[in-house]
Amino acid sequence: MSRYVSFRDFDWVLLVFVLLICGLGVMEIHSATEHTKFAGSHIKQVYWVVGGVAAMFLVSLVNYQALLEQVHWFYIASIASLMAVMIFGQKYLGAKRWIKMPGGNHFQPSEWVKLILILAVAKYFADMRTRELSWSDFMKAGAIVAIPMLMVLKQPDLGTALTYLPIAAMGVFLGGMQWKQGMVVALVAAIGVGAVFFVPRVHVLKSYQKQRLTSFVDPELDPQGSGYQVEQSKIAVGSGGLWGGKGSQTHGAFLPVPQTDFIFAAFSEEHGFVGALGVLLLYFIVLMRLTQNAQTAPDRAGTFVVMGVVAVLSFHILVNVGMVVGFMPVTGIPLPLMSYGGSSVLFMFLALGMVMNVRMRRFVN
Amino acid sequence: MFGRDEKVSAIRLTAAQYMILAVFLILAYGLWRLQVMQSDYYSLAAERNRIRNVPVLAPRGKILDREGRTIVDNYPSFSALLLRDSSRDLVADADLIAKGLHLDPNELRVRIRRFAAMPQYRPIFLKDDITPDELAFIEAHRNELPELDTIMAHRRLYPRNGFMAHLIGYVGEVSEDMLNQPQFELYNPGDVVGISGVERQYNAVLMGQNGSRQALVDSHGREVGRLGETPAVPGKPLKLTIDIDMQIAAEEALGDKNGAIVAMDPRTGEILAMVSRPTFDPNDFAVHVSRDEWNKLVTDPDKPLLNKAIQAQLAPGSTFKIIMSVAGWQEGIAQTMHVHCNGSADFYGRNSKCWVYFLHQTHGDVDLAKAIFQSCDVFFYTLADKLGINRIAKYATALGLGQKTGIDLPQEASGLVPSEEWKLRTFHQKWYAGETVFVGIGQGAVTVTPVQLIRAISAISMGGKMVVPHVINPSELPPNYVDAAHLTDVKTVPIDPEGWNYITDAMLKVLQPGGTSPLAAVPGIEIAGKTGSAQVVSLENRAKHKDNADLAQNGWFVGFTPRRNPDVVVCVLFQGGEHGKLAARLATQVIKAYVEKQRRNPQKMVEKPSGKVEVGGLWDTPDPDGRRDKLEGGRFEVDLPRKPLAAAVAAPGIR
Repeated sequence: MSRYVSFRDFDWVLLVFVLLICGLGVMEIHSATEHTKFAGSHIKQVYWVVGGVAAMFLVSLVNYQALLEQVHWFYIASIASLMAVMIFGQKYLGAKRWIKMPGGNHFQPSEWVKLILILAVAKYFADMRTRELSWSDFMKAGAIVAIPMLMVLKQPDLGTALTYLPIAAMGVFLGGMQWKQGMVVALVAAIGVGAVFFVPRVHVLKSYQKQRLTSFVDPELDPQGSGYQVEQSKIAVGSGGLWGGKGSQTHGAFLPVPQTDFIFAAFSEEHGFVGALGVLLLYFIVLMRLTQNAQTAPDRAGTFVVMGVVAVLSFHILVNVGMVVGFMPVTGIPLPLMSYGGSSVLFMFLALGMVMNVRMRRFVN
Repeated sequence: MFGRDEKVSAIRLTAAQYMILAVFLILAYGLWRLQVMQSDYYSLAAERNRIRNVPVLAPRGKILDREGRTIVDNYPSFSALLLRDSSRDLVADADLIAKGLHLDPNELRVRIRRFAAMPQYRPIFLKDDITPDELAFIEAHRNELPELDTIMAHRRLYPRNGFMAHLIGYVGEVSEDMLNQPQFELYNPGDVVGISGVERQYNAVLMGQNGSRQALVDSHGREVGRLGETPAVPGKPLKLTIDIDMQIAAEEALGDKNGAIVAMDPRTGEILAMVSRPTFDPNDFAVHVSRDEWNKLVTDPDKPLLNKAIQAQLAPGSTFKIIMSVAGWQEGIAQTMHVHCNGSADFYGRNSKCWVYFLHQTHGDVDLAKAIFQSCDVFFYTLADKLGINRIAKYATALGLGQKTGIDLPQEASGLVPSEEWKLRTFHQKWYAGETVFVGIGQGAVTVTPVQLIRAISAISMGGKMVVPHVINPSELPPNYVDAAHLTDVKTVPIDPEGWNYITDAMLKVLQPGGTSPLAAVPGIEIAGKTGSAQVVSLENRAKHKDNADLAQNGWFVGFTPRRNPDVVVCVLFQGGEHGKLAARLATQVIKAYVEKQRRNPQKMVEKPSGKVEVGGLWDTPDPDGRRDKLEGGRFEVDLPRKPLAAAVAAPGIR
């Protein structure tokens, strides 16, 4: 195994498309916050992106294979940090999600746990020696994700907890899931969802979470709450038409948080179907480029790492854009690369750093 | 088994790519559906979001008296509200806001927190009807406290201290019950409508039509621009037949006593004054009536919200003897009837007493005239017995008793005229002749409202011309206002001219020495009337419960001036007033105010406003021994001075 890596092997094409999306995001953040108290957010977002790119280069330099060798320690550390949140966490708006760090910063462990999970799942399946997944492997892989997921759900942070799911799903799928297992998972999921909503004794979800999800099914139930948000988002998107419009939904503040969770609605309103489809196309190119990198990865572990990133990114896009167009309930999941927010940007670039890491080593061995 | 370097299944990777493609196609379809297929619908929704129809409230019409003087006006009233702009820390500003608006800061903070879960565009109403200095505070802090805003509404300014409160009524937000009634079907929740009195009866005239303004708003409901405006159509002013000067006289006459006073022009039915006591202040309802205040008003045994002039149904007492006299005369019985009053008489095995019995006196020989001015019960017991209940009912009904007069005020009561048929229908019992005797003196089952009584007596004083009492002259109303068509109806009750002349002559003696109420007489004014003292319980029973104020008799008086072709009738109900002669004093005060006003402003009586005017007058020359006042009348010419009339006396409390 050579230690020689070169930035010539860096995926510059991928980076260009990623930065293109970030640029559109910064532009939209500027437009959406122009006359509000959040004015100037786009400058901060630029800083985050610059910082993210730097972090990406740093991560790409550390051999992912070396990281994978140590992943059990990372995993233990991530569980420990989630426990720390449970014990020392700052309560804000009814949820314990943050730890106060020295220097006044707030640290949200559930974000970086996502990265660790990608590595842990990759490591687990890379080390697996069978072509077909056994039930015990299936259960163990599930447990790796389920433990931190339940802890995040407890905070409660339904949105982030849900983003752990695609990591497990992608791992299991690529790791050799059998049809039988897929059916069982689908059945269990269906029963679980049914129990959460229709059996009054099961208190897995907080009432506001249930309300968000039920108001999605019937927005009339709660026209001013999350149903209202979805309705306003649909109006924003729809009024954009083919070529985009004035953006009265965004600028009249009818659209909730247009710079974060609903940034795609704001963009769609101002740039219409053509613009929105263009952004989707950019994301699609990025995802296809990533899967291509997964195919050319030097080993199974590299493929799993890249596909883990693909899974998380796709899931974010599906849930966020799905919410904006009214297909999905409001879960508070941002649109990666576009939405304003440091932790979301940092996570994406760290994840991309790992992808680059894998790619730069594709000709090694 | 495969090695560490074996690749992940390429088929599965390709499958993953197709799944991603599927996700993107679904999302693209979502965008297509909203932005291309339903674009028009959502563009419209966005417009609706942004454009808010802000109602432009139409001011209600003023209420004026017959001479155009303002009784009810509007004033601009401001409410303070808190816009919930997320860029302000409302809790931190609470102290300053509370100080400026005189609110409790802790209570305010609690309210802000309670509203935290509500949608942002809904403002918090802080205070209604703020004072000028609170308004100044908001204006002065536009920059420091941009979240504070005001909204203006026209509110009713009623006369203070309950002046004319029952007649005017009050306004309020239309209730759900009212919205279900057909006459309110065009109104919207939140509309301010008349709830009682004239405000309710003529709501359609007074209300006007709200306009609207298309305002551009942001999601906080803050106006950021304006597209167009449909102006409001203000309500029309309403001119009452009430004369404020008369109303003041009547209000002052009744003072704090329980009861009602009505003054009416017998020629037209125009109500000149209408008072009911106890009263309430409708200004309390103009902003917000607290639950406590409301409960107090509703549960008060004296029923301050009741307009007794049209809603109190009470035994008319001896005032009913005038109706009895008409009945007796028309049937040819009364004019020849002579009765000897021993202070009591036996009817159907029961000793019925005359009121003088309790003074240990008798009336002696009594004819109809003496029976009227001395109010001899024995005479009317006998007359009632001779007439029988059905003939009494016939005349009472013809004179408008036992039915609504049709006055243009809501919720008029109908009173009751008993008859054989009535008793059978209501109690499934036979009428006993013994009951008729008591109806003869206005006791028993017969009940009247003051406005019914004034209408009946006015008809008698006018020789049978019976008008419909009303507070609005229909000619002052918009054309085709159907509800008012009946107000000018005149019915003719056939009364023998000799009969009503005789009866009104006797009524004149009521206020002369020898009558029941000589002390109420006003020198120089010819007043004919009749007192009444209606028992709440029988006099024998009353004696058992000494000094129980609740059992005190109700005093009545109906009188008019002058005796022939009268131009004003006054009816007084003095609840707990014990004797009609006290009611008579109140009535003559009102009559005196009327006559004095006519004499001061003689142009009201003639067409010509200046120059030589022929004036009718009455005056008295006291006898040297002071035993009997002599009234003299005549007509003479006076020179009218060309001086402007004194400014109208405004109702108390009107600014």
